[in-house]
Amino acid sequence: MNRYPLWKYLVIAVALLIGVVYSIPNLFGEVPAIQIAGSKTSSKIDLNTQEKADLALANAKISSNGSFYEAQGSSGTIKIRFKDTDTQLKAKDLLEKELNADFSNPDYIIALNLLTNTPNWLLSINALSMPLGLDLRGGVYFLLKVDMKGAVEKKVTALASDARSKLREKSIRYQSIERLNETLNIKVSTDTNVDKAIESLKDALSEMNLKSEKKLDHFLITGTLKPEASKAIQDNALKQNILTLNKRVNELAVKEPVIQKQGNDRIVVQLPGVQDTARAKDIIGRTATLEARLANPVQSSIGLNETPPLGMDAFRFGDRQGVFKKSVIITGDRIIDASAGFDQNQRPSVNLTLDAAGGRAMQEMTRENLQKPMGMILFEKGRGEVLTIATIQGEFGTKFQITGQPTTQSANDLALLLRAGSLAAPMEIIEERTIGPSLGAENIEKGFKSLVYGFLGIAIFMLVYYMIFGLFSVVALAVNLLLLISILSMLQATLSLPGIAAMALALGMAIDSNVLINERIREELRAGASPQTAISIGFDKAWATILDSNVTTLIAGLALLAFGSGPIKGFAIVHCLGILTSMFSAVFFSRGLVNLWYGRQKKLQSISIG
Amino acid sequence: MEFFRIRQDIPFMRYALVLNAISLITFLAAVFFLAYKGLHLSIEFTGGTVLEVKYSQTTELEPIRSAISKLGYTDVNVQNFGSSKDVMIRLPLIKNPDGSLMSSAQQSQSLMQELSKLDPSASLQRVEFVGPQVGEELLYGGIKALIFVIIGIMIYLSMRFEWKFALAGIIANLHDVIIILGFFAFFEWEFSLSVLAAVLAVLGYSVNESVVIFDRIRENFRRYRKLDTPDIIDSAITGTISRTIITHGSTEMMVLAMLIFGGASLHYFAIALTIGILFGIYSSVFVAAAIAMWLGVKREDLIKVEPKKEDASSRDEDPNFGAKV
Repeated sequence: MNRYPLWKYLVIAVALLIGVVYSIPNLFGEVPAIQIAGSKTSSKIDLNTQEKADLALANAKISSNGSFYEAQGSSGTIKIRFKDTDTQLKAKDLLEKELNADFSNPDYIIALNLLTNTPNWLLSINALSMPLGLDLRGGVYFLLKVDMKGAVEKKVTALASDARSKLREKSIRYQSIERLNETLNIKVSTDTNVDKAIESLKDALSEMNLKSEKKLDHFLITGTLKPEASKAIQDNALKQNILTLNKRVNELAVKEPVIQKQGNDRIVVQLPGVQDTARAKDIIGRTATLEARLANPVQSSIGLNETPPLGMDAFRFGDRQGVFKKSVIITGDRIIDASAGFDQNQRPSVNLTLDAAGGRAMQEMTRENLQKPMGMILFEKGRGEVLTIATIQGEFGTKFQITGQPTTQSANDLALLLRAGSLAAPMEIIEERTIGPSLGAENIEKGFKSLVYGFLGIAIFMLVYYMIFGLFSVVALAVNLLLLISILSMLQATLSLPGIAAMALALGMAIDSNVLINERIREELRAGASPQTAISIGFDKAWATILDSNVTTLIAGLALLAFGSGPIKGFAIVHCLGILTSMFSAVFFSRGLVNLWYGRQKKLQSISIG
Repeated sequence: MEFFRIRQDIPFMRYALVLNAISLITFLAAVFFLAYKGLHLSIEFTGGTVLEVKYSQTTELEPIRSAISKLGYTDVNVQNFGSSKDVMIRLPLIKNPDGSLMSSAQQSQSLMQELSKLDPSASLQRVEFVGPQVGEELLYGGIKALIFVIIGIMIYLSMRFEWKFALAGIIANLHDVIIILGFFAFFEWEFSLSVLAAVLAVLGYSVNESVVIFDRIRENFRRYRKLDTPDIIDSAITGTISRTIITHGSTEMMVLAMLIFGGASLHYFAIALTIGILFGIYSSVFVAAAIAMWLGVKREDLIKVEPKKEDASSRDEDPNFGAKV
């Protein structure tokens, strides 16, 4: 009666195999590595860069343990592993010289890093070690709140200027156009044709719902943002802020930064290993500035070593320098939108929209400088980088196109740079955690120690109290830990100190199932049942109770998962998974052990259960 | 080895009144301290900044306090944690002259400047800053989670057993929660997110204790048709007491390991679990079953279908069967 069919043993064997394979990566340490990241928004990293780096290392006879390219949006990072820190340092010096044409103004940041030492065959089946949370390895965590109201108001202000120019264009007289938070109030005199006014406004304000009302001496047209338009604005603001943050964080050369959307208006930034919060904050909060300037009409670009003519500035423009007049036409905060598209000749273009003030400045300037070159310069860290130089083809105001991009991809990149120069909406830090690396290491050690000593305590007690059945229980408990770690590794759940605590607690609670079973078996034996019957009844009767008690524990776990945040979520995930794995290990697996041990003995006289 | 070889059912229910009176007094004391002293909420709930500073040698707290108050903070808490070389400083949320909230980077910078003047070995180990809005959300999240757990467990117990058990189980275990909170209020221990997690985990865990006993009560109703309710309950508790103590002992071993080796970060988490486990045994064994008894559980509540003959009948004839030999 206490025998498992073959398939059940197979299930156990497969579960154990998977458990071992996916837990193993956590045992491999980390090896020295270097990480190559772009230092500026304009420097791109692709497979060519990787080839270049590999070649440079090969030429210098520095052996690496393989290089990896990882795409992150349009750019990426390259990671190269080395066998020791000496080689790592040598390689860093070499690559810094080889990859950067201008050492004083590097295109790439070469940072020292640590990568997992897990063998490739394990990596290829996605068996990775659990990423460690900031509390275990040190670093900075920010929770940023995007000021959505600011983003929406910025948009409404832009719409107000659109409405103004539209009404002017159609020669409709209006009294005033005012922005009131997120609505527009347009007052039109009673002697004008309101319907005509609304008709033309519908064109300019396609993202708004318009409503008109007759007042004493005027018509009041109120425009409110359509919900979908408002949502689109907020989504874009969030996306754009994340992009901007990504570019900025790349500069810090942090290993594995996390920049994620959380909820509707929040962004989580995790920078492992970063200690200097003030600097991190400075970089995250910085606004890169964009300037539009007239280029030197005589010679818009010169070689890298040439000096610009008197009264002009020169900025890096690819392999050359662009030469610009000192006066600034507009700055980046006048740009409302930049998107890639096509011009009337189906060439890739970047379509820019400026606000009213920017439009006026642009109009004045273009009127006087037709057919002359104009450029966009991005200033970051006090250094200018020319994004584009184009010839002014006609007079324009708030909306214009920049053509001359060879591909749609480059048009997209330029649009992104023009947008990402500034944040779409201001952000504030609403939560922050910084943990020193030594504290992180201490936390790992303490968490691990509690787990080990707690486990040992339980193991010794179970062995003494239940003998062979205690051994089964301990093995089942170890399997529970193994499965739990392997599932967490598969899910790539971040391990934090609350996670380790939850693991310890899960083991402490999981032993309950085995105690229930063992007590039941003893009880049946005392009641005079034969050993085989006692085992069978013990397991069966305990099962209903185990299920009940685990469900109630699971309810608490799910509540924590649903309503908790941050560290509590980590605790809850491990807690819930631990309950589920304990059902497998404590009931199914330990029964398998018992069956294997005692099941074959037909005339079993006694069992060792203390 | 066997600790509990109990030959006869222990008449727990005879002492139900006394046991519950003890429970009630503890509960009322906890409520009193909660109301009178209040919970010492961590900055995760209230908003503020916590800094951990490590020194190379033992350091006096008083100079640190006066250095900080020089910076204009009024409600500052400075204390050692873990060892006399580690100092934890709690700062309230304060505003810049222009009305914006002062960021933790600004706070930690100005603070560390002052502290390194006192002792250059001071090094910043950890900074935690929580804005007022996040704190509020965490608090409401915690309350929601607690309500969810109570309702979820009530529904499950009502489905699996009966409403009287559900009510008894939840009253018994909520009283544990209040008692844990009472301890935290009385000793002015810091109530943080991890303590909240411990409280909820222990709530689920002690309910499962009650479930084990209820399960046995139901089974005994089926088995011993001649016994009345208190005797059934006594026999159920006696039958499960060994398992109860061994299980809780094992869990507590793990928790003790956390308390001893886990360091400052796990300290209050482990304390909350310890109190929860100890009172969990008491309440689910003595309180839950007694309340169910007073609510008037009957055999008919639990057994809708007549039990099968084979197992029960022969045992029913035996008047001594309830006793353990």
